Amino acid sequence: MKQEAPQGVADYAPIVFPGLMLLVFFVMPFGTMIAVSFFRRDQGGFYTPDFVFNNYERFLSPFFGNVLGFSILLAIAVAIACVALALPFTFTLSRMPRRTQVLWLVALLSVLSLSEVIIGFAWSTLLSRTAGITNILVYMGLMEAPRALVPSLGAVLTAMIYQAFPYTVLVMYPALVRLDPTLLEAAKTLGASPLQAFFNVVVPALRNTLVATVIMVFVFALGSYLLPQILGRPSHWTLSVLITDQAVYQSNMPFASAMAVLLVLLSLALVGLTSMVGRKENAA
Amino acid sequence: MIARALNRIYLGVLAIFLAAPLMIVAGVSVNEKQSLEFPPHGFSLSWYLEIFTNAEWRNALWASLGLATFSAALAVAVAFPLAWFGWRRFAPWTRIFQLLGVAPFILPPVITALGLLTFWATTGFYGQAWTAVISHAIFFVTLPLVTLTLGFSSIDRSVVEVASTMGAKDGTVLRTVVMPLIVPYLISGYAFTFVLSLNEYIIAYMTVGFTVETLPIKIFNALRYGYTPTMASVTVLFIALAASVFGLIARFGDLPRLLGASATEEGNSP
Amino acid sequence: MSGLVLDQVSKRFGSFTAVDQVQLSVPKGSFVCLLGPSGCGKTTLLRMIAGLDEPSAGRISLEGDDLTTVPTHRRNIGMVFQSLALFAHLSVGQNIAYALRIRGTGQAQQDRRVNELLEMVHLSGYANRPVAKLSGGQRQRVAIARALAHSPRLFLLDEPLSALDAKLREEMQVELRQLQQALGITTVVVTHDQREAMTMADLVVVMGEGRIRQAAAPIDIYRNPVDAFVADFIGTTNLLPVTRNLQGGALLWGHVLDGVAMPAGLSNAVLSIRPENVLLGVPGSGTLDATVTFVRDLGATVETFLSANDTTFVSVASPRERAELLVGNTVGVSLSAPNCLVFAP
Repeated sequence: MKQEAPQGVADYAPIVFPGLMLLVFFVMPFGTMIAVSFFRRDQGGFYTPDFVFNNYERFLSPFFGNVLGFSILLAIAVAIACVALALPFTFTLSRMPRRTQVLWLVALLSVLSLSEVIIGFAWSTLLSRTAGITNILVYMGLMEAPRALVPSLGAVLTAMIYQAFPYTVLVMYPALVRLDPTLLEAAKTLGASPLQAFFNVVVPALRNTLVATVIMVFVFALGSYLLPQILGRPSHWTLSVLITDQAVYQSNMPFASAMAVLLVLLSLALVGLTSMVGRKENAA
Repeated sequence: MIARALNRIYLGVLAIFLAAPLMIVAGVSVNEKQSLEFPPHGFSLSWYLEIFTNAEWRNALWASLGLATFSAALAVAVAFPLAWFGWRRFAPWTRIFQLLGVAPFILPPVITALGLLTFWATTGFYGQAWTAVISHAIFFVTLPLVTLTLGFSSIDRSVVEVASTMGAKDGTVLRTVVMPLIVPYLISGYAFTFVLSLNEYIIAYMTVGFTVETLPIKIFNALRYGYTPTMASVTVLFIALAASVFGLIARFGDLPRLLGASATEEGNSP
Repeated sequence: MSGLVLDQVSKRFGSFTAVDQVQLSVPKGSFVCLLGPSGCGKTTLLRMIAGLDEPSAGRISLEGDDLTTVPTHRRNIGMVFQSLALFAHLSVGQNIAYALRIRGTGQAQQDRRVNELLEMVHLSGYANRPVAKLSGGQRQRVAIARALAHSPRLFLLDEPLSALDAKLREEMQVELRQLQQALGITTVVVTHDQREAMTMADLVVVMGEGRIRQAAAPIDIYRNPVDAFVADFIGTTNLLPVTRNLQGGALLWGHVLDGVAMPAGLSNAVLSIRPENVLLGVPGSGTLDATVTFVRDLGATVETFLSANDTTFVSVASPRERAELLVGNTVGVSLSAPNCLVFAP
């Protein structure tokens, strides 16, 4: 069976069901969301179909500008930190014997599968005053009294890095595991110490992968809707937190939708950038 | 030699970083009293029993399991024909559906959740339990799609062509030659989706959060409104389940290959 | 003058012994080929010489310096990998200059050396070319130039020509040999192609199952293989079962082989005779008769496949020496006694 072109209408049968499902339950929801972003918000939490730009105008406030700016900066910080941490790790992982690799992969996948709620709960516990690291330090005599480390920007950052780390590793994994091991060896035979070889040869060879990974982790981090809220102060709220807040607690669907549209455009633009970088690499 | 020691330390620190929050949660889950304490005072497994004896937690457990079971099945049902078509046929314009299949996962979940919320609200089905099944299935369709696409691409077409020369029609070939080869990917796609659906919060919340309480929703509510160590015991249960599922997949399948490695032998061979 | 010395070098992976007590002394400036079938341990041995793998036992020294515990980047070697491992993000010149850059050599000197090497490998003017734009043979030369830029004491190559097509491979074999002789650098090449080894090497080391079977000059190995394995690996040979008769001579399927003695103490052995020493004539004229089962006429030579006692063996001769034989014919087979080698089974 080679890859033939469909010969008749019947040959298209397999994609009818998936196509319909995706159109109805993915494309249309996006349509409704875009539509709602132009609706007028009513008191009492409902909205009436309309076509106003009110919701988008709210973007022009300094408050919103701050939130957007903060969200982007936070996501960038998380992305860069994660990639920097994950690169040596994933490199080491890819050189391990298969069995050890699998152990680590199972562990990473298990952490990745945890929802933001659970990660938020776990970290808020870890950083709390009654049941956290400080309690262990007091127990070991290294600290006088336990202290709460939340809410703080550091807590938000740490938890977000924790959440994004397994994702970062798995995004980098294919490229690193397929990296030619003789590249590093050749550099060593030419006189480069292992560290020199890593930075001179391995990192440049992965340039495109690294850029793409930073972008993908950035988009991933933008989507954190709970961690900044549970572990940070209101000044640490990100765009996703605002969207959730407006949609669920303030019952302001139109504004939430408008913000979501903005977030979609931002994400799509970045993902488009990633695939362009990827295409450039394949062409070279 | 120093390099190796540094490496070990680095891996050790990382392992602690990954495990620490979970270990604390495990510790908190066996605390005797209903308070958030670590190190735990007393030892009690009662909070694990709570999941099954307390009606609210038990219902949430059933809701989560039910949602995961059906949405994973639906996700695979949507992904399979799409992956099969992409492998079997050369029709560039249908690539758009492949793209749509991958999109839900790349965008922040909040967005998909909100979109689905507005959709269900507009169509009037908002709050009904089955909407969560569809919502999860669509959100997670990327997982089985990517896995199955990988699986199909690893099938040597000549195996299929040989079957054709021996007289098998398309349908027969699919049933007798392709299916046995693709089953491992079907299973792992289902399992991945099941585990992630079990853990998923925001989409479940935004679509049926007011009518159905899944375990993650219940944990979140407990976070806000009243702490109970059962939150911790559920978390431990989730992790154990995830590790078991992925461990099983690793045991019976080639996990590195599923994640993008090429099919090779041991990393350190003579 | 001392060159590369391998003293009881072994490598074990768990219960599997990849390299078993290798003892070898390579004179400085000579060209050595490690030859053997896949899995014989030759690449593992080369990697240990390079320092990429650690020996489980034994010592490795070069010109008197013990290298066993010295890390790779301090051994001052040059190595060409099977994958070539060229740095795709650097140009040809930058690849070649890499070792010099690491050592802090000045830019002017780097450029000079790069041009020197490009000339040596017949790629003058390619310094600024990106690596991706080169052909297979050109990349091969860049890899060689890069390995030699820092004037290493030892030149190691792991199946360097295996990715090239046959004609290019043969050209490169000659070039590589000439380059090595011009530089006088101790060179170790791993290959599974015995023709390659015969072309390039001063010393051929035949390995099997982790051990050295024989280390000698190419033509010595061809004429005087030390056992059946080596005889079979170098060139082609027929391996036939022989038994001892009462007078201590060798019997091939009951037929006496004049002038061929059995080694003392063996009642069963293996006879190795190369196809060019299997002579054919009229039925009944030789030691035994056989039936022709297949004829392969290659133009310059004719290979005749013969069968006797359910065993197939081959005779080869040039067309002028051989009468036209057809499948099914019976012929008389003579085995030239001085060329019969008898080994333990």
